[in-house]
Amino acid sequence: MITKSEAIETNRMILEENLDVRTITMGVSLLDCADSSVKKTCDNVYAKLVRLAGNLVKTGDDIGREFGIPVVNKRIAVTPISLVGAACCRKTADFVRLAKTLDRAAKRLGVNFIGGYSAVVSKGMTPADELLIRSIPDAMATTERVCSSVNVGSTKTGIDMDAVRLMGEIVKKTAAKTASRDSIGCAKLVVLCNAPDDNPFMAGAFHGVTEGDAVINVGVSGPGVVNHVLANSCRGVSFEVLCETIKRTAFKITRVGQLVAQEAAKRLGLPFGIVDLSLAPTPAVGDSVADILKEIGLEHPGAPGTTAALALLNDQVKKGGVMASSYVGGLSGAFIPVSEDQGMIDAVNAGALTIEKLEAMTCVCSVGLDMIAVPGDTPASSIAGIIADEAAIGMVNQKTTAVRIIPVAGKKVGDTVEFGGLLGHAPVMKVSKFSCDAMIARKGRIPAPIHSFKN
Amino acid sequence: MKKAIITVVGKDTVGIIAKTSTYLAKNSINILDISQTVVQDYFNMMMIVDYAKTRRHFEDIAADLAELGLSLGLKIRCQKSEIFERMHRV
Repeated sequence: MITKSEAIETNRMILEENLDVRTITMGVSLLDCADSSVKKTCDNVYAKLVRLAGNLVKTGDDIGREFGIPVVNKRIAVTPISLVGAACCRKTADFVRLAKTLDRAAKRLGVNFIGGYSAVVSKGMTPADELLIRSIPDAMATTERVCSSVNVGSTKTGIDMDAVRLMGEIVKKTAAKTASRDSIGCAKLVVLCNAPDDNPFMAGAFHGVTEGDAVINVGVSGPGVVNHVLANSCRGVSFEVLCETIKRTAFKITRVGQLVAQEAAKRLGLPFGIVDLSLAPTPAVGDSVADILKEIGLEHPGAPGTTAALALLNDQVKKGGVMASSYVGGLSGAFIPVSEDQGMIDAVNAGALTIEKLEAMTCVCSVGLDMIAVPGDTPASSIAGIIADEAAIGMVNQKTTAVRIIPVAGKKVGDTVEFGGLLGHAPVMKVSKFSCDAMIARKGRIPAPIHSFKN
Repeated sequence: MKKAIITVVGKDTVGIIAKTSTYLAKNSINILDISQTVVQDYFNMMMIVDYAKTRRHFEDIAADLAELGLSLGLKIRCQKSEIFERMHRV
């Protein structure tokens, strides 16, 4: 039987340490909605989403109440829209209509984000892919809940540098189109390398073509729980004890995700996909990954030792989480979004954390340069260069990397940007002023690395 | 058997166990285990119960108990036991 101290521990994690189910994400294939008419496609998309996800929010809330754990977000991820609209979209405005349909569906269903306004162009862009990409600035400016992503490379295909160059421009245009709201459009746009087909976290979530018709994926979050246990029992202990403690804690956190995922899948009559065991912070006090790095023994993230500390953390989270769940997937590691983690913001403001150090950290954690605000006058080619750097890290290290960068119109280093809610706020960070124009202007793709040839 | 765990936390007062168990009995919920301590006027109790025979919705039970707790100046949570079992058992 469960003991009193175990019951107390679980509830303390929930009530005091910010343990929650960060998201239940329903992945839905929209491939069967494709039609040669834009209007018909939009109608098909809307109807399918409402049919499948009608009970998603209520199910999430019911599960939350019955088990006494907050299910914070209920979200939807769809097939990359560049595929869904390929047969009917002839101009960017056509794709924007699809975006608006997704937005309408999200509002009707009560989900706060719907991801998948996406193109997977790891090796090359079809005309439909390019059209969708060029429609992103308008789509982000005229919808609220739609998230967009573009995958520009993979370990198997290399990096599509034409797409990278284009994305540098698209990020800038998206920033300009939402300039009056601190360029918030860019907070809903991610550029990835090795994007997984089953990531439940926004803004990079989409329902990849390897998936079935519909699926339930769950993301948990427990940086506060890890923080608490380290602060209470790991001051000064050996690496062995530190790592073991993180691993066992990650097990407990991930088990909650497993339970909720299986329950949600059962009640919604859909297959259980995966649990993403990522440690995902929020701006709330006590819910910070940066604070975990400080508990490991750094004055601020960005100090020497940060990359090693993050590598340790990421690895132990995976080891504990994998034991806890029957199917692990998505990104599954530690997240380091600057605007969504108060400890990271503090580190930037203290001058301890730079983009270059963040880039090093992305080699060993699960996301990339995430929610980074940079000066509004950063050239498109430099944005592309940053994307290329992250893509190269992902491609060579056979991991997912991503860039969610916000060149805030009219702002410079030292300014702060306020996005609000879960998107948080961020200090504008310095970007190298040296140019990569000539490199970015080159056409074509960077070939796949030698170690991808495994046959 | 369908197990739930009820936790009660707050300032000690007369009748906590009596009122909670009366409510559970009225709703055909069987108590399997009780563990409780009072430390410096602070009351801390856990009950493992079997709600298989109740006719009420689980959420309504949880809501009723929360309200009972409020009336006694306590926090009463009622959660399905799986969240504890999955976390603390391999």
